[in-house]
Amino acid sequence: MEAEHYELILDHFKNPRNYGTLEGADVSYEEGVPSCGDLVRLDVKLEDGKIAAVKFSGKGCAISQASASILTERVTGMDVSGIMDLKDSDVLESLGLTVSPTRFKCALLGLKVLKKALVQNTRDGAAPAPPDGPSE
Amino acid sequence: MESIPRIGKRLDPLKLREDFPIFERKINGKPLAYLDNAATTQKPRAVLDSLVDYYSAHNSNIHRGVHTLSYEATLMYEAAHRKVAGFVGATDWRTIVFTRNATESINLVAYGWGLRNLAPGDEVLITIMEHHSNFVPWQMLRERLGIGLNVVGVDARGVLDLGEFDRLLSERTKLVSLVHASNVLGTVNPVKELTRKAKEFGALVLIDAAQSAPHMRLDVEDIGCDFLAVSGHKMLAPTGTGFLYGRGEILERMDPFLYGGDMIERVTPERSTWNELPWKFEAGTPDIGGGVALGTAVDYLSGIGMDAVAAHEDKLLRRALERLSAHDWVELYGPSEGDRVGVVSFNVKGVHPHDVAGMLDEEGIAIRSGHHCAQPLMDRLGMEHAARMSFYLYNSEDEIDRAVDTLENVKRLFG
Repeated sequence: MEAEHYELILDHFKNPRNYGTLEGADVSYEEGVPSCGDLVRLDVKLEDGKIAAVKFSGKGCAISQASASILTERVTGMDVSGIMDLKDSDVLESLGLTVSPTRFKCALLGLKVLKKALVQNTRDGAAPAPPDGPSE
Repeated sequence: MESIPRIGKRLDPLKLREDFPIFERKINGKPLAYLDNAATTQKPRAVLDSLVDYYSAHNSNIHRGVHTLSYEATLMYEAAHRKVAGFVGATDWRTIVFTRNATESINLVAYGWGLRNLAPGDEVLITIMEHHSNFVPWQMLRERLGIGLNVVGVDARGVLDLGEFDRLLSERTKLVSLVHASNVLGTVNPVKELTRKAKEFGALVLIDAAQSAPHMRLDVEDIGCDFLAVSGHKMLAPTGTGFLYGRGEILERMDPFLYGGDMIERVTPERSTWNELPWKFEAGTPDIGGGVALGTAVDYLSGIGMDAVAAHEDKLLRRALERLSAHDWVELYGPSEGDRVGVVSFNVKGVHPHDVAGMLDEEGIAIRSGHHCAQPLMDRLGMEHAARMSFYLYNSEDEIDRAVDTLENVKRLFG
């Protein structure tokens, strides 16, 4: 267990970026991993096909929460189409350590939630209702 | 079994490890400390060899051919039943039914006995400590038959509420299905006493011994139970092996669980009659090689002696509890005194158990994390998830020290 490998993950876990909920979000989406209880909610504000602002909240292991935090920094200002093109490996490579395959679900939860949020936004039009049961 | 290393009544785990090829492996460049034995155990060379020997020299189908190989395979497979019977104190080997695991053993009772013998107004009594495998089959019967399902609770330390057991037990109770040792807390329930109480009300008793039979000497006659469910793969045998002990006269009256070949005595286009025990419950070609290897696993354990296994694991448990309880950032579950097997569930405060298990894995230390297939118990005790170490005969105190030392590093990193 090399401490330096965990630097980035632990930094984001202890000081999550863009944490909280977003007033007037265009779309909100949350999903969990039932087997481990990880949960990520994303609130997204869009402008001209780009992500103007994004906030995340949730609970769970350091990998899932830090990965979501890192993702919010990365996607702010990005085109929706560019986000839909993001690959799992893009996220896995951004974490500063080699994630074991048993933890892929945790590491990729944020990206999954973000893509689902954007798909829901496209499907529902401009003013989607927030999903049920948002976490505080 | 002259190759089994023993030091008087004490076993030497470092010597025993040489019998297990997997310990030659490195995990992430580190020696493997396998502390996930409540999930499944590693397999000694003797067990692996017996699989290879069976398939290399005796492979055939049982109970049919007149040829030599079929005869040998039949003898070997029946001999494995005899060994298992001896292991749990059953006097008649025909009361041992080979299954895939304890889950299948419990389902066999639910389908073969429960479906025919239970009716609305009847009740099954279980505990909140059960593994999902001893919850879900009875929920199924409740839905199908409209029976009652009562659940005995535990106290905050995870000790069974014996007063509630007494209150819930009544003439309506037809079956008490009870875990012997908790796979989360390690708590060992007083099954002999509880069986005696159940018998006063005429209830049958099933003991889920998946976490006890591999770790202590068991005697079904002494306990007095009617059924005992065990997983072979948790006691050195291959995955896909397990067994059910059932009291002979009850097994005789039960319906088969699966229907088809080898479980029949005579088939006409109109009807069929059932084969004798235990074959009535072993429809189709069974896992013959696995069954033979289960017999070898029993030989291996018997060669060491279950009392020596239990004493060794108790030493490991005490070491783990002593090391872990020294830290106020460790949340420990399970009873601190009384009967307990070598299972320790815990949380490092502020660190998700998946992170704990992942970081230990980097050091070659295998532990479990999650809900342990015991969600009702976890909910009751307010544990969302937990990490779990569980021990077996090849574990050493050094491995426990390695694990706790690593936990100290994890805590340091997370702050």
